[in-house]
Amino acid sequence: MQLVINGQSREVSAESLAELLVELQLDTSHVAVELNQAIVESSQFATTALNENDRLEVIQFVGGG
Amino acid sequence: MQLYVNENLVEVGSDSSLADLRALYKPTADMLIVNGYPVADSHHPAAGDRVVLISRGEVPTETELETLLVARHTPGVHARVKQARVGIAGVGGLGSAIAVALTRLGVGELIVADFDVVEPSNLNRQQYFVDQLGMPKVVALAENLRRINPYVSVISHVVRLTRENIPTLFAEVDVMVEAFDAAAQKALLVESFLSNVPDRPLVAASGMAGFGPANTIQTRRAGNNLYLVGDEVSAAAPGSGLMAPRVGIAAHHQANCVLRLLLGEDPLGE
Repeated sequence: MQLVINGQSREVSAESLAELLVELQLDTSHVAVELNQAIVESSQFATTALNENDRLEVIQFVGGG
Repeated sequence: MQLYVNENLVEVGSDSSLADLRALYKPTADMLIVNGYPVADSHHPAAGDRVVLISRGEVPTETELETLLVARHTPGVHARVKQARVGIAGVGGLGSAIAVALTRLGVGELIVADFDVVEPSNLNRQQYFVDQLGMPKVVALAENLRRINPYVSVISHVVRLTRENIPTLFAEVDVMVEAFDAAAQKALLVESFLSNVPDRPLVAASGMAGFGPANTIQTRRAGNNLYLVGDEVSAAAPGSGLMAPRVGIAAHHQANCVLRLLLGEDPLGE
């Protein structure tokens, strides 16, 4: 399906948020995800279904501070 | 006309110069500041101006001190940030520098939390001193902030922040700051704060290790109420350590983002 990820349209095969993060090869413990302007708790990644044209902001954190 | 001299409302002749005001109110003053900006004694202030007359080297009374501390603030800025409460999660390289900047601004209240103690390896970038080694960071920080501006209220929590206590400790902040070191902690703070306190902006940071170019560190809007500072790639790693300049640049991006949010400005100027 088609999603908008960080402002860019993208065709993905994932159907849940957890599957999407695997598809994007991201470390789930280092990301924060906003789905249609609401933050998703990481405990809900596996049960959060994605829908056509969902807008996601996926922030991948790196260490240091 | 009426104007303020050292925060007292006074009535003066409409053609008064700073030299006249100095003669009337503080003959020893050698710094003359109008609306946050130093001026010559030939300057003529306007009605409503805020005039501060300072004698260099003089130890002010307690009541004068706050007025003098904020004498260089742009009018209206101090009054607004004085009402604000800002939360800072983690007071290492980012958090300690952000707290110092916000204290110099005169932000009303800072809520700071960190479980760590000051270690020698922190002193390459964090706002602590050799004689504070071994102290809990938030205790050392509160001491340092008090020495800068005792009129900022600092609420210190020596605690490891968790999914459970983050929303409780920071429930009442106007703006929240993520200033952790570890990537997983950063993600946890963002998730836990914004899912529980979604109407308050959060300013986070990612990517400021090493000695890469300064200008790759940016502030961007990364979500509905989330601002992200950093180059987003420079992780702390062997061969790319954390150093005072870039960590300080990122910290001051964050502090300026907080200031703009408190003043009702779009942090990105859009």
